[in-house]
Amino acid sequence: MTTDGDGGSQTSELRREEVDGDRGGSLLRMRGIDKSFGGVPAVRDASLEVGRTEVHALVGQNGAGKSTLIKILTGVYRRDAGEIEFDGQPVEFSSTQQAQTSGVSTIYQEINLVAMRSVSENVFLGREPRRLGALDWRQMNAETHKILGRFGLEDVDVTRPLGSLNVAVQQMVAIARAVSYDARLVIMDEPTSSLDEREVATLFDVIRALKASGVSTIFVSHRLDELYAVCDRVTVMRDGQTVADLPMSEVTKLELVAVMLGKELGEVRRSGATGFGEGAHEARDAVLEGQRLARGKMLRDASVRVGGGEIVGLAGLLGAGRTELARVLAGADEREGGELRVAGEPTDFSSPADAIKARIGYLSEDRKTFGIVPEMSVRDNLTLALLPALSRRGIVVRQDQERVVNRFIERLGIKTSGPDQPIRELSGGNQQKVLIARALALEPRLLILDEPTRGVDVGAKGEIQGLINELADDGLGVLMISSELEEITEGANRVVVMRDGRTVAELPRADVSQEAIMAAMAHGHEDEELDGAATAGANEAPPKAPEPRERDG
Amino acid sequence: MARTARLRLPAWTGAGRLRGFGQAYGALAALALLVLYNVLFTRDFLSLNALYVNLTQVAPIVIVAVGMTLVIATGGIDLSVGSLMAISGALAPLIFLSQSGLLSSNAVAIPLAFVLPVLVAGMFGLFNGGLITRFGIQPIIATLVLFIAGRGIAQVLTSGQLKAFKEPAFQYIGLGRPLGIPFQVVLAALLVALAAFALRRTVFGRQVLAIGGNEAAARLAGIPVNRVKLAVYGISGLCAGVAGLIAIAITPRPIRTESG
Repeated sequence: MTTDGDGGSQTSELRREEVDGDRGGSLLRMRGIDKSFGGVPAVRDASLEVGRTEVHALVGQNGAGKSTLIKILTGVYRRDAGEIEFDGQPVEFSSTQQAQTSGVSTIYQEINLVAMRSVSENVFLGREPRRLGALDWRQMNAETHKILGRFGLEDVDVTRPLGSLNVAVQQMVAIARAVSYDARLVIMDEPTSSLDEREVATLFDVIRALKASGVSTIFVSHRLDELYAVCDRVTVMRDGQTVADLPMSEVTKLELVAVMLGKELGEVRRSGATGFGEGAHEARDAVLEGQRLARGKMLRDASVRVGGGEIVGLAGLLGAGRTELARVLAGADEREGGELRVAGEPTDFSSPADAIKARIGYLSEDRKTFGIVPEMSVRDNLTLALLPALSRRGIVVRQDQERVVNRFIERLGIKTSGPDQPIRELSGGNQQKVLIARALALEPRLLILDEPTRGVDVGAKGEIQGLINELADDGLGVLMISSELEEITEGANRVVVMRDGRTVAELPRADVSQEAIMAAMAHGHEDEELDGAATAGANEAPPKAPEPRERDG
Repeated sequence: MARTARLRLPAWTGAGRLRGFGQAYGALAALALLVLYNVLFTRDFLSLNALYVNLTQVAPIVIVAVGMTLVIATGGIDLSVGSLMAISGALAPLIFLSQSGLLSSNAVAIPLAFVLPVLVAGMFGLFNGGLITRFGIQPIIATLVLFIAGRGIAQVLTSGQLKAFKEPAFQYIGLGRPLGIPFQVVLAALLVALAAFALRRTVFGRQVLAIGGNEAAARLAGIPVNRVKLAVYGISGLCAGVAGLIAIAITPRPIRTESG
């Protein structure tokens, strides 16, 4: 445990920022970390430095390398190169257990505790106190009670099964367990994703309490407001590299978004970087319209309208609720609030089959999990949704199937040795084309494409973008989610921006620019911004953590 | 009766093609060794009669395996087939041995003794499917219910004991020999051919395989996943029902169900 008081370390913390490169009092220092998986670099020359009693944010888009870096720190992965110093000593943890006993505890997004066992069993899982070879229940329960007391949970019955408590309490138990290892650094990976606002406020109180007792925190989150509410510094990762390490007070939300996405503010928009043509599409009547759609905590209030012949871009940071919105629109998840209209008629989708009947095609963002049937052939994968239409009395008509398959292989330029080839043998780009063909074979009026070019090689990427453009020319409505700003700015006629589960801005083509989109991602609408400030303020209650954005910098 | 039913999986369910081939050849090699051993050391093994005896014994298992193959192809399992065989096998004699009303006439009772037990087993199969699709219970747990309860149901049906019977019209399914070939062997061959055709050529079959290959993707492709699953468990029940009839026709006493 650190012996210097909270106030003292706070000032030294501030002084340290002035002298770059010499943060001698750092609790954790990771330098030049490299890690590849099968020759593909996941983390390159990354560094992460966390001060004593510091709450340090770690942010970045999907695939930026955050979790790899965390896992290298906690001993899940072995690094290829680089050095890690913890408390001034070079360390190399070979397992999470070792990291834990050395003072580095991790709380994962999914609470990885045992729901059926009691609270105290969970807190002491794997290191139960024993007496004469048997579990010492009395000591275990008493200790647990004491540990939970530190988090304002003295009312919790420690003998109850963990699963019977609400999620927020479970999360606290997970934190209590992590801290009870005499943790000096607690890593929280998206701890707030399953919590509501009041629970988030409690969590922040806990983080501040930890800080006051000398514990540092690495806080991984996609919600910008939260970072500003509780964090002192932020490290930004992009494409496996750490690209910035800044005090929260010196970076605005907009700057932070720009760094995450790798854009210079005011960067001239490059044209022609994508396969989209220049032709602006005329929007026709609304094909699909969602109003105030809500589902769970990820989708709170989203409205979007897509007409025939237009490409609507859906932008937002990771966790903004884009995929959740797409899934509701495609019938994959049922909405819990709001209204859905197809061609003006109020509609209910209780399954993807309903959306397909309404001639709405959907391409998911996760090709492996929700797209391909890996062991089946290109033929079977391509015609999976169309089979009933290709059959007579339940028997597939081979000639019809072959005709459709060959037409799309040719039209989309799918590189395959033939319809019999298992789809898993195809490249990512060609798998994606097969899945797009699966949707197109249904002759949809509307296509919902979630990250259509993710994990696709450059050549196929341009081809897919060109195809989307052609389809819109032919009158198909397209709703396209993309994390690549070029794809959105060049491809879309209209851009809808989401933030924290809400659609916060809609930009007509004339107003579409990378800057405008980033601004909306960071702040949303004016009134939305006030909302955010209000909740952030509410979370601020006990100590006076610096309100960073107001300061110059 | 042999206790192990070897189930032929479609090649693609293996983790990789190589391993798939390995599995296929491994089983074939074991079979070849068994045959070789028996050719060398078992008297009269290489006779048509010995072949028929073997096929006769294996036919009910093949029939159960047809339904089970569909279930496994969706990524599930059906533990209850042994118990469903017992229920069907217990029910059939009750029908044609009954002296009450219309059932006293063999013209009514015998057809009914074929149809009704199979349908009942099919209904129990649908019950399994309902637990799995409607309540999201793991197949191994859901079908455990009837695996255990089914034996009890069969015992209650027979009041714990079954009289030995002799009813040639019914026992044809187990003892009949059209053109010298055991009837149940013909039946098993037909069902295998039907299932193979269904899996290869019908929409239903392709959907079964797609669900087993990637259920989430199948659902997003508009496949009625729950309906297909319900159907495969129903079919598994029907197959178990047919197998139960054969078993009771060969040995008219209560079927041991411990084999599952």
